[in-house]
Formats: sequence, structure tokens, C-alpha cells
Amino acid sequence: MDITQSASMPTPQALRVAKLQRVQDFLFHAITQFFAISVLIALLGIIISLLINAWPALHTFGPSFFFTQEWDVVNGEFGGLIAIYGTLATSIIALLIAVPLSFGIAVFLTELCPGYLRRPLGTAVELLAAVPSIIYGMFGLFIFAPLFAEYVQPALAATLGQIPGFGILFSGAFNGIGILCAGLILAMMILPFIASVMRDVFEIVPPVLKESAYGIGCTTWEVVRNVVLPYTKAGVIGGVMLGLGRALGETMAVTFVIGNAHRLSPSLFAPGTSIASTLANEFGEAEAGNHLSSLYLLGLALFLITFIVLAWAKWMLNNMEKKQGLKT
Amino acid sequence: MNKTTNIDPALFSKRKRANKIGLTLSMSAMVLGMIFLLWILGVLFYKGFSSLDLTIFTHSTPAPGSEGGGLANAIVGSLMLVGCCTLLSTPVGVLAGLYLSEYGDRSRIASVTRFVTDIMLSAPSIVIGLFVYALVVAQVRHFSGWAGTIALALIAVPVVVRTTENMLRLVPGSLREAAYALGTPKWKVAFMITLRAAQSGVMTGILLALARISGETAPLLFTALNNQFFSTNMNAPMANLPVVIFQFAMSPYENWVDLAWGGALLITIAVLGLNILARVVFREKVQG
Repeated sequence: MDITQSASMPTPQALRVAKLQRVQDFLFHAITQFFAISVLIALLGIIISLLINAWPALHTFGPSFFFTQEWDVVNGEFGGLIAIYGTLATSIIALLIAVPLSFGIAVFLTELCPGYLRRPLGTAVELLAAVPSIIYGMFGLFIFAPLFAEYVQPALAATLGQIPGFGILFSGAFNGIGILCAGLILAMMILPFIASVMRDVFEIVPPVLKESAYGIGCTTWEVVRNVVLPYTKAGVIGGVMLGLGRALGETMAVTFVIGNAHRLSPSLFAPGTSIASTLANEFGEAEAGNHLSSLYLLGLALFLITFIVLAWAKWMLNNMEKKQGLKT
Repeated sequence: MNKTTNIDPALFSKRKRANKIGLTLSMSAMVLGMIFLLWILGVLFYKGFSSLDLTIFTHSTPAPGSEGGGLANAIVGSLMLVGCCTLLSTPVGVLAGLYLSEYGDRSRIASVTRFVTDIMLSAPSIVIGLFVYALVVAQVRHFSGWAGTIALALIAVPVVVRTTENMLRLVPGSLREAAYALGTPKWKVAFMITLRAAQSGVMTGILLALARISGETAPLLFTALNNQFFSTNMNAPMANLPVVIFQFAMSPYENWVDLAWGGALLITIAVLGLNILARVVFREKVQG
């Protein structure tokens, strides 16, 4: 860099070396920057290419595409409501179950767990997060769904299903596979993601804060509720959003157990479909034209929804990191 | 402690009760989580091992209705796809990571790239499949191993970029400054000092990316597709374990379902093995 030049008596040779090095550094900067930007280009490319391919469907059906139930391959009538409903319903069920559980796991790992178990259990949770989603799908289809149909669904129908109004969610035939089952499998899948993010943010709470709470006589539970949770709120929400992002876009785990039926039913027991599973099932065989274009449009919608959710998650987690930087 | 007199016993026992309930719930959440893990792995190992034998490695996938068969073509296909993807995504990811850590402190491009990579890390993989279909498959009008490689690389690169950057940032600034003081140009510092110091961390990132793409199914469905026969031609549809598992598990034939379990076991062992290996590599670095 400049150091070579600023030596008191640069020889011509040294100048040549310095010049060469400046060119090399420029190239290095340019090349690494090119690769960094290529990631940006990839993202833009994804959005643009989906938009171009989805345009015919958007043009034909208009914004009402997103509120139309029809999915008629034969007559070429397409609407995305059922798939969007399936995606949202399964993800919400998954979050309702996974969030409290992963909160419990994170509290256990940071506050309760004896030191010698902390590492192995933490690793186990992270390994659970690494299991490929297709394994969750197979497990759901072959093992979980039959048990679910035989024991859990009748029990749910007999208890929650009896509540007037609300009970319609738990009515219908006991098939096993369906929206509820897909939600449960998704919950199992995102549980370790959320739990490990929550554990990480719980661990950055300064020990001094916790110790002073213990010092004035707080119980462990009170420390968690009144010190840890308020301090890590943004991080916890970020972790939940990250899990939601995963759940929305998950393909394999859902495709196996959702039933893949283009039907809108008030019951959570009924089979349905999600955006990702519709794509997985139909994209390969779709004829060019409205069908293919509608699938692209669904893909674009999915991408934009997850983009917003993940961006929000990232923003929350970044705030958390900044806060950590200020306080420690 | 015993001398304190102004304790309200009702409040005290209420707080104690709340504490006990909260902690019990938290502990049962952990137990439940572990039960899921053991249940899934238990089923997988039981079903997988009972269908695992040598023919899986020597025979190709069977035709519908025929007996026997193995997964040889899918295993080789998966290895080739993952191998090519690693060759493609490692340089791209490491160089982009270098940019973020060496030039990325004040640059606007870097902070946008960082944000986008973080999003791409969790972007729905099936949409990446759609993108590569539109970009490659629809243009050349046939499915191919290369298209599958590109789709996988789009998933692997963000993982490599982010871990590389994080690891390079752990390298102490004094090490870089010592090299600059000797008059070393920036690119040499980056390659020969920073990157070398963070070697095992970068390795960890590559291994994690490998683990991530080994189990990815969705992006391969419309890119590499599947091939019933043994083929090492990257320019043709290519059999690969995840898609074979997907198709066989959904099929009505019993021997196909068995093969799917065998393949699922192989993939899980590979993914968990890579994850554990990544941890070991990283821990050695931290200790050494």
C-alpha cells in the first residue's frame, strides 16, 4: 500500500513493485466485490424471472387470483386462495405449538440444565435442526399420521370438537393426513430452529442483571419472566420470525402429509394443499400457459411473503446485536 | 434468613408454586423435544437398517413392479451433484466472504449483500428450483445435472459466505496490521494471513453448506429430476437420493418404499456426520 511509497527514498524498483501491488490490490478488490454482488444479482434474478414468468397469469386473472378458490386445470381457471390458506394455516399451527415448546427448551438449556448436560443437549437440538426435511415428511406419512388418525384425532374431536362454533375445526373424517397433521410435523421441524436462536439470545443477557435479580430474592421463573425475556424480546421475536420463514417455505415435510387436495374446508382434519406442495406436485407436469404461469405466480407470492418475514426477523435480530454491542 | 419476619407466607408460596410450574413445564418441553429426536432417529434407523444391504450400493433403481434393485445410480448422482456444487460454491462463497470481512465495514454494497445473504439462507428452496428451471431448464429444454448443481449452489453459497465472513472477523486485527507494517499488499494479507488463520473456520462453513445441500430435495425436483438408469452425464437428467426417496416413498410398491427408507437413512447419516465433522474441525481450531 502507501507505506512502500512513503519511504523516504523510493528506488525505481520499489516504485515498480508498489505500482504492481496497487494493480493487484485493485484486482483483488474488484474480484471479491464481483462475487459479493453476484449474490445480490441472484436475488434480483429470482424476483425478476418469477415476475416475467408469472406475468401472463397476473395479467389474465388480476389481483383476484389471490382470493379465488378455483383451481381447475382442465378448464384453465386458476386461483391461489386454497394454497395460500394452506400455507398460512399450517405455519400458524406450527408456530402455536413450536414457540412455547422451544421457549421451554431454551429456558431449560440456559437456566436449569446442569453444566455437564448443557453441551450434549444443545448439540442434540442443533442436530435435530440439521435433519433433512424429507425425513420429517416420511416420518409424518408412515409413522405419525396413522397414529394421529387412530388416537389423537378421535380424542380431539371428542373434546375440542364439541365446543360450539370452534368445534368445526376438529370435525370430519379421521384420515391422519391433513392441514393439522402438516402443521404438527412442521412444528417438530421448526422447533429446534427457534429453540437454538432463543438459547443464543438468552445467553447474551449479562450475568450481572440475572445475579442482581437473584440477589434480591427472585425465583428462577421470575428471573426468566422479568429479566431475561424483556431484555431479549427483540431477539426472541426475531427467532420466531425465522422459524415462521422456514415453515412458510417448507416443501418436503408438508407435501407428504398435507393430502394435496384443492379443497377449502373449515375443518383442520381435512386434506388441503400449500403453495410449496402445489409447486412440488404440479410444476413438473404443468402445460405451458396459464397453469405454469399460475404456478410461477404462486412461487412469487411465496417468495415475497417469506422475504418480508425474514427481513423483519433479520431486522429484529440485528437490533438485538446492536444492543448487545452497546451494553457489554 | 430465619430471622426475617416480614414475609407474607401466602405470597411466598404462590411465588414458589409459579416457579415450580414454570420450571416443570420448561423441563417437560425439553423432554418432549428429546422424545421427538429419539423417535424420529429410532424409526429411521430401524426401518433403514432393515432395508440396507449390499445390493443398495451395487444395483440401480428398479423399474415399477420389478423385484430387488438398489440405489447405486442415485448415490453416485447425489455425490456428483454435491461434489460439483462444492467446487462451484466454495470459491464464490469464500471470495464474497473475503470482500465482506476485508472491505465491508463502511461499504453500502457490503451491508446490502450481508442482508440479502441472510435472507437467501432461509429462502424457500422450492422457489430456487423454479428460478433455475426458468433460467436453465426452460432455455435448453431438458433437465440436467448442471441445472441441479446451480440450484444447489444457490443454496450453498450464502452458507459459505456468512460463515467465512464470521470466521475472518474472528482473526485479530493486530495480525493483519503486523503484515501491513511489513509492506504486504492487501490481497496477500487476505489470502496468506487472514484466510490461513481462519482456515478451519472456513472449512466448517463449507462442511455445513455440504450438509445443508445433501438433504435438499425441493430444488432438484425441476432441475436434475431423476433418472432410472445409471448415468454420469451431467448434461442429462440425473438420479439423486432425495428425489428418488420422494418418488419411492409416495409409490404403492413395497420394495420402493423400503428402498426409500434405506436412502433416507444414508442421507441422514451423511448429513449428521458432516455436521459432527464440522463441529470437530471447529473445536480443534478453538483449542489449538
